[in-house]
Amino acid sequence: MGKRIVLGAVAILLVIAAAYASFYVAPEERTMGVLQRIFYFHVSSAWAGMDAFLLCFIANLLYVWKRDQKYDWLGVSSAEVGLVLTTVVLITGPIWAKPAWGIYWTWDARLTSTFVLWLLYVSYLLLRSLIEEPERRALLSALFGIFAFIDVPLVFFSIRWWRTQHPAPVIMGSPGSGLDPTMNKVFLFSVFAMHVFAAFLIVERYVLEKLRSEVDLLRREVEAQ
Amino acid sequence: MKNLDSVFAAYIIGWGVFFLFYVSIAKRTSDLRAEVERLKNALARGK
Repeated sequence: MGKRIVLGAVAILLVIAAAYASFYVAPEERTMGVLQRIFYFHVSSAWAGMDAFLLCFIANLLYVWKRDQKYDWLGVSSAEVGLVLTTVVLITGPIWAKPAWGIYWTWDARLTSTFVLWLLYVSYLLLRSLIEEPERRALLSALFGIFAFIDVPLVFFSIRWWRTQHPAPVIMGSPGSGLDPTMNKVFLFSVFAMHVFAAFLIVERYVLEKLRSEVDLLRREVEAQ
Repeated sequence: MKNLDSVFAAYIIGWGVFFLFYVSIAKRTSDLRAEVERLKNALARGK
């Protein structure tokens, strides 16, 4: 409990510092002006979300291999946190897009693949809620989670493979792309802060899943009495 | 400053989503802790 409180406090301090840096340290972008400051929150949420799905994928593979329920708890925890982070991405993106493009949404490669990713992990959680038996639920959702992860690299590379409406990558993009050095530092700090915050949420969600498993076990003992 | 309302909307809605998610985890955890206590008591009474 003590370590979780420390992790939570550190995560909150980091995201407050990241928000401060996004508004007061990063210079204003020449063409978009203040609107570009959404980038630090939007992209750091997206990267943390994709890494949460990567963690879910690893946990799913480990569950299929070792059949240890700890990996099932980790899988569902990281999937749920990844889904929340992707929800934030799908909300902040259109808020940026309306003044920048004049529209909230368009079915371009990045937006569509991100929306499909969101739907896949909603389905992952729905599938879990439909299966009563714990071991069957863990195995089927792990297999579905492995399949769902296929969309993550597609989301990441969509703006590199296809040039549509979404801006081209400024990080790890084509030659000539990139950020101002101060913007880059603020961006990397925001990514780090969001990852620590995501780790905090995953730990909290993991504790919840462990408790749920304890309740299932106790219920079976009470029923057997 | 042009578009400052959009920037604030993005941050406030985004953090609102995170806050609600954290509250939902805390609520579900608290309910499950109460359920664990109740079931442990039921088991103890049954023995």
